[in-house]
Amino acid sequence: MYTIKEKQVLSDVTKLMVVEAPQIARKAKAGQFIIVLMDEHGERIPLTIADFDREAGTLTIIFQEVGKSTMQMGAMQVGDSFKTIVGPLGHPTEIENFGTVVCVGGGVGIAPVYPIARALKEAGNHVISIIGARTKDLLLWEDKMRAVSDELIVTTDDGSYGRKTLVTVPLKEILEAQPGKVAKIWAIGPAIMMKFVAATTKPFEVPTIVSLNTIMVDGTGMCGGCRVLMDEGAKFVCVDGPEFDAHKVDWNSLLSRLSYYRSEEQVAVERWRDGHKCNLDRAVEGVK
Amino acid sequence: MTELTKKERMKISRQDMPVQEPDARVRNFSEVALGFTMELARLEAERCLQCKEPHCMEGCPVEVTIPEFIEAVRVGDMAKAVEIMKSKNNLPAICGRVCPQEVQCESRCILGKKGQAVAIGRIERFVGDYELAHNTCAISREPSTGKKVAVVGSGPAGLTCAVDLGRMGHDVTIYESLHTPGGVLVYGIPEFRLPKAVIRSEIDTAAKALGIRILSDYVIGRTLTIDELMTEHDAIFLGTGAGLPMFMRIPGINLNGVMSSNEFLTRVNLMRGYQFPEYDTPVKVGKKVAVVGAGNVAMDSARCAMRLQSLRSQANGESGTEVHIVYRRSPAEVPARREEVHHAEEEGVIFDFLTNPIEILGNENGAVRAIRCIRMELGEPDQSGRRSPVPIKGSEFEMEVDQVIMALGTSPNPLVFVNADGLERSRHGTVIANQETGRTTMQGVWAGGDVVTGAATVISAMGAGKRAAADIDKYLKGEITW
Repeated sequence: MYTIKEKQVLSDVTKLMVVEAPQIARKAKAGQFIIVLMDEHGERIPLTIADFDREAGTLTIIFQEVGKSTMQMGAMQVGDSFKTIVGPLGHPTEIENFGTVVCVGGGVGIAPVYPIARALKEAGNHVISIIGARTKDLLLWEDKMRAVSDELIVTTDDGSYGRKTLVTVPLKEILEAQPGKVAKIWAIGPAIMMKFVAATTKPFEVPTIVSLNTIMVDGTGMCGGCRVLMDEGAKFVCVDGPEFDAHKVDWNSLLSRLSYYRSEEQVAVERWRDGHKCNLDRAVEGVK
Repeated sequence: MTELTKKERMKISRQDMPVQEPDARVRNFSEVALGFTMELARLEAERCLQCKEPHCMEGCPVEVTIPEFIEAVRVGDMAKAVEIMKSKNNLPAICGRVCPQEVQCESRCILGKKGQAVAIGRIERFVGDYELAHNTCAISREPSTGKKVAVVGSGPAGLTCAVDLGRMGHDVTIYESLHTPGGVLVYGIPEFRLPKAVIRSEIDTAAKALGIRILSDYVIGRTLTIDELMTEHDAIFLGTGAGLPMFMRIPGINLNGVMSSNEFLTRVNLMRGYQFPEYDTPVKVGKKVAVVGAGNVAMDSARCAMRLQSLRSQANGESGTEVHIVYRRSPAEVPARREEVHHAEEEGVIFDFLTNPIEILGNENGAVRAIRCIRMELGEPDQSGRRSPVPIKGSEFEMEVDQVIMALGTSPNPLVFVNADGLERSRHGTVIANQETGRTTMQGVWAGGDVVTGAATVISAMGAGKRAAADIDKYLKGEITW
C-alpha cells in the first residue's frame, strides 16, 4: 500500500509524486491535507493534497526539500512505498459561486491552490490566478493553473520569468482597479507570503482565506502542536483548519512557532548529508 | 512443598518488586519496575488466604477470579494461572503494569485491613509476562457467526472489546487513526512504565489467534464516517478515548516552549523523540520545566522530562536542570497513583503545591522565560468533594522556566462524530451510553472507555469494552433486541 506510481522532478528541490491511497482518494476534496510517514524511524509530515484521482485511487503530492525528511522523501523512487498515509484531514475548501475570485499561489503553494482554483472554476466563478516563485526553476504547474483560470499572472522575485515582482503587487493592482469586484481571495504559500497577502487585502476588506501548514504530530487534534492564535483565541490547524481567515491570524506568533525546531532540523539535515557523502565515498571506493 | 498454616502465611511480608535505582533509571528509558522472579511470585502467592468469599474480585472491573490464579501461581502451575487469567483479562502484562490496584482489587484484600494487601498486581504482571515469554495458552475462538463488527480505536477499551468479540466468533475489524495500534498505551504511557514490546506482543498474539483485522491510518470521521461503517458492519463499538488536550486560558499559551502533555508524550513515546536524530521526530526539553497538573499524565511527562534532561547532561555536561510539578491543590488531592508520585519524587521531580499559573511570560524571541503564579489555599469542598483552591491575594510570583507542559486532562475528539447525528453527547463532549451495556443513542453503536467517561483508567476502559462485547454478542445472536 501507499506505493509511489509516478515521480516527477519539477526542480532541483521540488518533487511531485503520485501515490496509491484509494481510501483517501475517494474522499479527498480541495483544501484538505494528508500526513505521510516514510518508515519506522520517520516523522509524520503534513502535506496538502495537490490533486487526486478517485478512479485510479491515487493522490498527487508536491513538496520542496527543505529538511531531512523531505530530502529523504525526494530520494524515494517509483515502486517505493510510504509506511503511512493518513487522510483526508482538515476541512475542505468551501466552494460556491462567489463571482470573481483570486487564487494566489507561491512556490510549492501553487500545488494546493490548483484544486481550489479548479473547483472554483467548475462552480462558475471568474477565476483570476496569481502564481509566483523566487525564480523560474521553482515555478510549477503554470499550464495547469492556466487551464482552470480565466486570467493568469506569473511573477518571479528575480525577474527570470513573468513579472519581476512579488505576488502582492498584481494582487493590489487588481483590487485597486475594480473596487468591490473581487468577492474572495485564497492565498497559499510560505507563511511570510501569506502574511503580506493578508496585509495587502485587509484595507480593501475582501475576505481572504489562507491555508496554514504548521508543525504537527498526529494531525487529528491530539497534540495541539499546530495551534495558531486567531482573534477569537487559539485554534488547531489540523481540525479547525487548515483554512483560516487571513485577517484574524496572529502572523508573528505563527512565524515564531514555525521556527521552534530549527536547530534540530539543522542537526538532522547535516547528519543526512554526512550519511550520503559516506555512501558516495563507499561507492567510489567500491569502483576503485 | 509442605502446606503452610494460615499463621505461617500471615508472617510472610509483602514482597517488593525489584526496580532500577532512581539515579540509574533517570538516565535511561528502560522499564523501572523489573517484575517478580518465579520465587518471589510464588512467595507472594503464599500470602493469599484464599478467602471463601473473596472481596478482591469485587474491585476488579473485568472480574478476574483472583484467588484462583494466585493459587495456580502458588503451586507453580503457570499454564493454569495463564488460562484462568486470560479467561477474563486478555491483557494481563499491560494491566499488571498500569492498573491502579491499590484502589481496586488490593484495596479490598482482607490482609490490607491490618497489614499489607497481597500484591495482586505484581503477581498478575508476572503471569502476563510468563505468557508472553512462553506462549502456553492458545486463545480459542468459537465457530464463526458471520457477523461483522467494527471497533473504532485500538486503546484499552477497543482492544478488550475486539478480543472478546473475536473469541465469541464474530469477525472484527479495528480501525486505528495512528500508524501503530495501542492508543494511549502507545502514545501516552512511557516506555519505562509500559514497554512497547509488551503492548505489541499482547496485541499481535490476540489478533493473530482471533483473526482480528487491524487497519491503521483510518481516521473515522475523515477516512470513513460512522454512517459508512454502519453499511458494512452489523455493530460498531466506539473506543476512541479522550484525545483532545486542554490548555489553560491564560495569556502566553502560544509561546514557543508551551505544549500539551499529549504533544510532549507523543513525541517521546510514539515517535521515539528521545532517540532523535536516529528517529526523525525531535522533542525539546527545557532547562527548567514546569508540568502543570498532578495526574498520572503529569507524572509521566515530568519523568520523561527528567530523563531527557539527564540524557542531555550526559552529552554536554549541563547541570542545574529542574522539573517541577505545579499543582493548584494540596498533596492530599493529587489524582495520580501513589506509586507514580513516589517514583517521580525519588527521581528528583520538585512538587509545587497550592500554586497556580496565571500567565506565561515570553522573551524577545517569543519563547517562554517564566510563569507568573499565584499561591492558593484550600476553601470549601467543590462538586467533586475536594476542597477547592482559592487564590491568596497579593501572593503572585514569577517562576523562571523555559518549558511549560500542560497536563490538565483531555476530552473526546469530536472528529469521530462527523455524520453520526443520532449519537447524543453530553455538554462535556462525552458520548452518552448505558453504563451496563455501552449502548449509545444510535442503534447498532456501542461506546465505552474515556470517550464515555472522560479521561479515566486503562482498566475501567477495559471493563467497559468487556461489558459492551457481551451485549453486542447477545444482540448479534438475536438473544436480545435493541
